[in-house]
Amino acid sequence: MCLAVPGKVVAIDDSADPLTGLIDFGGVQKQACLEYVPEVRVGEYVIVHVGFALQRLDEESALASLKLFEELGLLEEEFGDAWEQAAKEAGTA
Amino acid sequence: MKYIDEFNDPDLARRLLDEISATATRPWALMEVCGGQTHSIIRHGIDQLLPEQVELIHGPGCPVCVTPLEVIDKALEIAARPGVIFCSFGDMLRVPGTDRDLFRVKGEGGDVRVVYSPLDALELARRNPDREVVFFAIGFETTAPANAMAVHQARRLSLTNFSLLVSHVRVPPAIEAIMTAPACRVQGFLAAGHVCSVMGTAEYPELAERFRVPLVVTGFEPLDILEGIRRAVRQLERGEHRVENAYERAVRADGNPAAVRMIEEVFEVTDRNWRGIGLIPLSGWRLTEAFRAYDAEHRFDVTDIRTEEPAECRAGEVLQGLIKPTECAAFGTTCTPRTPLGATMVSSEGACAAYYLYRRMNGPTAQAGQAPREEMNPVA
Ligand code: SF4
Repeated sequence: MCLAVPGKVVAIDDSADPLTGLIDFGGVQKQACLEYVPEVRVGEYVIVHVGFALQRLDEESALASLKLFEELGLLEEEFGDAWEQAAKEAGTA
Repeated sequence: MKYIDEFNDPDLARRLLDEISATATRPWALMEVCGGQTHSIIRHGIDQLLPEQVELIHGPGCPVCVTPLEVIDKALEIAARPGVIFCSFGDMLRVPGTDRDLFRVKGEGGDVRVVYSPLDALELARRNPDREVVFFAIGFETTAPANAMAVHQARRLSLTNFSLLVSHVRVPPAIEAIMTAPACRVQGFLAAGHVCSVMGTAEYPELAERFRVPLVVTGFEPLDILEGIRRAVRQLERGEHRVENAYERAVRADGNPAAVRMIEEVFEVTDRNWRGIGLIPLSGWRLTEAFRAYDAEHRFDVTDIRTEEPAECRAGEVLQGLIKPTECAAFGTTCTPRTPLGATMVSSEGACAAYYLYRRMNGPTAQAGQAPREEMNPVA
């Protein structure tokens, strides 16, 4: 859970409190809190950790990271089913 | 250089490695402090690609691993209570407490839920006013702004059924503890990029000066790590000890001021026990007096918990960089990701798990990047 994953802001809900946006992580879309990067605009990239955008990031670095994360299976780890994985580790699935 | 083709830019990786080799004239020991970096290093075989003079020592950078046993036992105790919805990140599910883990508690009927964000736990509290919702708030500085926001919102929404079991830790006091330990061999640090993207670098110049160690803020992608090593070695060879930022695309000197303000509103610095290491003064955060009502330890009476670490587990020495996981007799025999004795074998960021997954038993037999997926641990 140290990891923070770059994603593209595809929508911002200005009426939400705290400020919330929809982020696209190479195909998987999730809501994230934008309260710590209030100046971010749709189309820009942010680094997201446990549902919070922490910094803005340039597109080139974001896309390079995302590609690497996908190749390494880290996106699946980040967004996959934790119970399924825990069951497999425990040898009960 | 057998793994180098798997780097996203193999030519650049080769150039960085060549430069590190050309620069290092003496043996140097560097510590990476972030568990994500440890994982990346082992997965890509970076430690084996480096020239012999440059050794990487793995630090206590996995928040799951350093969460003390007594806090895990408190979590298990609270999670087993009727009426409680216990929310956690996925990578805490199989961290062993004294006699079970959260996964077992759920199997025995406890309402344990995995959330992606602490705000998801807050939402559960809003929708289940007749239940007590407890969120397991662990993590380094990177996670603290999220947990701080959750409790801030709980107060704003006047939610009385939401609380945090807090075990937050801070990196700079850990660096100080490592440097003052008698057996310390660390001569330079790769500082954790995402911790610094929140906190900035203001806490580090004093450490660099006092212990005369280079501190290079580093990301966790393979090329980031090579660049961090290159800069740290260059400083060491020149006799310098400065803070350098090799992760500028994500780290500003002042970090994220809004996030830091929120942390400071909700948390105050406190002493913390680190699993396997012991007490490190001022190394953690707890809720301030104003937010004490949201502290699960106060809400549920879980102070009297007896804990027992398995005697054969040497995770404490692993976490301080004193031994490599393979030097532990239990490694790969009685201790595997399926039957972990220590947290460093459970978390996907733990050094023992990284060695087990990518290097197998003894030495560099596994191919980097070919971990058996079924044994991977979720990163929450
Ligand atoms: S291999 Fe297992 S028993 Fe040994 S130090 Fe690591 S977690 Fe502990």
